[in-house]
Amino acid sequence: MSNTDIIIHDEKDNVGVVVIEKITPDQDCNCWIMENDKSVSIQSKDEIPLGHKIAMIDLNEGDTILKYGHDIGKVVKNIKKGEHVHVHNVKTKKW
Amino acid sequence: MEIPKSFLGYKRENGRAGTRNHVIILPVDDISNACAEAVANNIKGTIALPHSYGRLQFGADLELHFRTMIGTGKNPNVAAVIVVGIEPKWTKRIVDAIATTGKPVEGFSIEGVGDIDTIAKVSKKAQEFSMWASEKQREECPMSDLWISVKCGESDTTSGLASNPTVGNLMDKLEPLGVHLCFGETSELTGAETVCEKRGKTPEAQAKFKKTWNDYNDFILKEATDDLSESQPTAGNIAGGLTTIEEKAFGNFQKIGGCQFIDVLEPAEEPTKGAGLYFMDTSSAAAECVTLQAAGGFNIHLFPTGQGNIIGNPIEPVIKLTANPLTAKTMSEHIDVDVSKILSREMNLSQAGDELIKSTLRVANGRLTCAEALGHKEFVMTKLYRSA
Repeated sequence: MSNTDIIIHDEKDNVGVVVIEKITPDQDCNCWIMENDKSVSIQSKDEIPLGHKIAMIDLNEGDTILKYGHDIGKVVKNIKKGEHVHVHNVKTKKW
Repeated sequence: MEIPKSFLGYKRENGRAGTRNHVIILPVDDISNACAEAVANNIKGTIALPHSYGRLQFGADLELHFRTMIGTGKNPNVAAVIVVGIEPKWTKRIVDAIATTGKPVEGFSIEGVGDIDTIAKVSKKAQEFSMWASEKQREECPMSDLWISVKCGESDTTSGLASNPTVGNLMDKLEPLGVHLCFGETSELTGAETVCEKRGKTPEAQAKFKKTWNDYNDFILKEATDDLSESQPTAGNIAGGLTTIEEKAFGNFQKIGGCQFIDVLEPAEEPTKGAGLYFMDTSSAAAECVTLQAAGGFNIHLFPTGQGNIIGNPIEPVIKLTANPLTAKTMSEHIDVDVSKILSREMNLSQAGDELIKSTLRVANGRLTCAEALGHKEFVMTKLYRSA
């Protein structure tokens, strides 16, 4: 088994979480999907630190971010596959 | 792993068991703190629980104050209690309620006497209680004597990935043994509230949860000057990678594993429906939440953290676990259980749950937690509104 760089909770999720100290731009990353124990790979576009999220697909303004298979907020600025997903491009739908 | 059937605890007069054997000096109000602290300085084996309130409170806020004071005194981790207040009436109300457990409890009031003579009188009684409690021995107690509360803090995405699910794994394994379990944090379930509601075991429990969360949300909408984004998620959460309250909530929710809650408790309310999981309506501020859970009678606490919350409680030992490898390294003196190997997939969730069960039992048997060794004794009253 190769090292896991990114963990994805649920097969439906469109983001994954970096679980190594950081990933660097253009790094080929191994991703593990917890729900079904499958592996996928992705090339990063940004430097992303431990615990932060990466987009697994291209996301457009207004799209819903899915994590744990659930709605955790909306995209407020287009995000490309492999980019850092955080408060600069995603907001809560609650307040 | 075969789960042990018992731990070594202190059996109390009312049939409960404690994981600790504290003699506490409990001030009813802010102005009695000085007396309580002077006594605890005089008499070894006692601790004072100073706090900021207890004057001119009224209505539901006053009732919560009493419930917290009384519940703290009744907690089985407490062997004996001295209550000190400025005036006799409120002091007596607390003493009488704690006395229903059968444990030694005595009240003193300062008005008309002054601090110095009160300190002398209280010290004599405190010495008697401390020496009496020092002879108590730990005895074998069934696992069902464990009442475990949980609350996470300074969460990050590693909390939702690994440390909270580790707590959930422990709950799944211990619930069948008749353990009482409690989670809270009404605000931090925002975004996951409808999913959480469905975990109520009965329609009544579900309806009670829904009302509790709606009441809380109405209060937030009424009081908020902006949109709470300044405090939820916190700056620490955001640094750790959590983006929205919904993301935080689904991470938080992992702590209950696959369990269903049987009832919803008021803050500091003691559960009465037998063993199983309870939801308590609490703030998500760590010290306030744990203080309320301890007052509800819970005798050991599990606290998963991501970025490194350092909270402790004076009477309920707080066990900290983290899955964040940087926190485990940089704040090792605060971390009782390191489950960061889940992220590198060198450990699975069930193994981590077993490790947490082992650590929980060691602490239940008397091992000091990191927070206890470091002297963390955060005792923080929840205030519902301003005093008269």
